[in-house]
Amino acid sequence: MSWFKREKKITTPAEGKREIPDGSWLKCEACGEIVHVKQMQAASYTCTHCGASFRIGSSEYLSLLLDKGSFSERDRKMRSTDPLRFVDTKRYADRIKTTIEKTGLYDAVRTGMGKIDGRTVSIAVMDFAFIGGSMGSVVGEKIARAIDRALKHRCPLIIVSMSGGARMMEGAYSLMQMAKTSARLTLLHAAGIPYISIMLDPTTGGVTASYAMLGDINIAEPRALIGFAGPRVIRQTIGHDLPEGFQRAEFLLEKGFVDMVVPRREMRKTVSQLLKLLAE
Amino acid sequence: MAKTVLDFEKPIAELEKKIAEMRAVMQDLQIGDEIAALEKRIEELRRSVYANLTRWQKVQIARHPDRPYTLDYIPRVFTDFIEMHGDRHYADDKAIVGGFAQLEGRTVMVIGHQKGRDTKSNLYRNFGMPNPEGYRKALRLMETAAKFHKPVITLIDTPGAYPGLEAEERGQAEAIARNLFVMSQLPTPIIVAIIGEGASGGALGIGVGDRILMMEYTWYSVIAPESCSSILWRSWDFKEQAAEALRLTAPDLLEQGIIDRIIPEPPGGAHRDHDEAARILKSVLVEELEALVRIKPDQLVKQRIKKFAAMGTVEE
Ligand SMILES: [Zn+2]
Repeated sequence: MSWFKREKKITTPAEGKREIPDGSWLKCEACGEIVHVKQMQAASYTCTHCGASFRIGSSEYLSLLLDKGSFSERDRKMRSTDPLRFVDTKRYADRIKTTIEKTGLYDAVRTGMGKIDGRTVSIAVMDFAFIGGSMGSVVGEKIARAIDRALKHRCPLIIVSMSGGARMMEGAYSLMQMAKTSARLTLLHAAGIPYISIMLDPTTGGVTASYAMLGDINIAEPRALIGFAGPRVIRQTIGHDLPEGFQRAEFLLEKGFVDMVVPRREMRKTVSQLLKLLAE
Repeated sequence: MAKTVLDFEKPIAELEKKIAEMRAVMQDLQIGDEIAALEKRIEELRRSVYANLTRWQKVQIARHPDRPYTLDYIPRVFTDFIEMHGDRHYADDKAIVGGFAQLEGRTVMVIGHQKGRDTKSNLYRNFGMPNPEGYRKALRLMETAAKFHKPVITLIDTPGAYPGLEAEERGQAEAIARNLFVMSQLPTPIIVAIIGEGASGGALGIGVGDRILMMEYTWYSVIAPESCSSILWRSWDFKEQAAEALRLTAPDLLEQGIIDRIIPEPPGGAHRDHDEAARILKSVLVEELEALVRIKPDQLVKQRIKKFAAMGTVEE
């Protein structure tokens, strides 16, 4: 639920990957090596030394996954109405406004139709830059419509999740998006249409506890933090540090909650192959 | 019967104490009139205190340690309850209880969060915070109910799904997600009643249904006010403001179109009169169930999905 990283001392959680800054050189948080931006971009936004994924936006991920020029975006400007007139230290309305100005996004997910090696898909890609990728009414509605488009076109659905969880500033409305999206997925299930869920770093809270975990095929990127409770909360509960690798993609693979851990550079190829296997 | 007195209940409790003292000496003195006057004052005071509760005060009532829990309601609302245990995969979670019972002669599956009332029972019940096996037990019971065409009634009262190490290992998120998915399509009526705390995914994990009801002094939201305060205000001290901002009370959720109905509580809250609270809850459940059992299961499921589809507001 939280996208703030309050406690500086935490050793285990996803402190790591920040937005990619301007400038030509970056330090990889995973291995500590210095990587050139151009090299990193050419390597699908991964470290050329250790293969770790850098945190990227929805545009970058869409371009990695989809055939060039095939993305046709839907509901781009759908935005929050601030239904509770929520105020904390800031007004939520102002928070939305400045985030839209800063990111050029209207909410934390982008949806539309696209192609992967010529195969049509309905796709949704979340964006952590928009209030921590949190899910409120807009994310719920856009995901629901992406499901509807998969139903209408009888094409596979791909959701790429990256989220701190449900958005607090829309209160119970945010919570209900978990039920809304999960309920809608049952229609896809009944229609025999595949849903591939891809989880990036981090995917936690209400998004994990709804559509992200409900894929026919669940895929995670290496080292991605995936869980229900955030590491900070768990650490507070149990009163000591978390074991190395806890709630990471490889841990979920070991515990049986994802089908595979796929490096970003191979993601498109893997998804394409799955689509082929499901279609032929 | 209330043993714990909340801050805003203190003036009432003091008057009650006074009456008790007067009653003790009543045989010797002619003070019946005085007692009657005092009782009237208590009644007025309680009415005015409870008519002007802040959202945070309602959260406190929802957590009142004397409040009836699921296992307090079950014998008062249902008959022939037989508790069923275990998720058939890993364990029996004591934070969620359930089993077949009858509601006015009709067999139903009743499932609810269960808190403890003292330290020992709270440890046993994990403070009403389920692990994945709790959600999986609930799911198993719901599927069993559907198999035999029995309606499901869930009672929600949890401070949240347990945020522990093993809960994550065993897939807390998957367990909750699976419940949302299966409950959406369960071909039998589901009535959900929030009887205490409705904290986030831990509550929703048994909260998808055809009718969503909230008792008068309960809360239901995406996060507890304290946690919201700690994240957004970066301090635990803004819980009152967070409770206001989250708009998490029964009237709030009715206005937001998320719940269907508020179940009234006895004067001064359910913790003051378990029997009366249960009587009102029962009458509402009976009425709601009567309406739902007339609807065909496939129609019910369609309506249920549509109901949740309508939740939320967006600007295009
Ligand atoms: Zn590296």
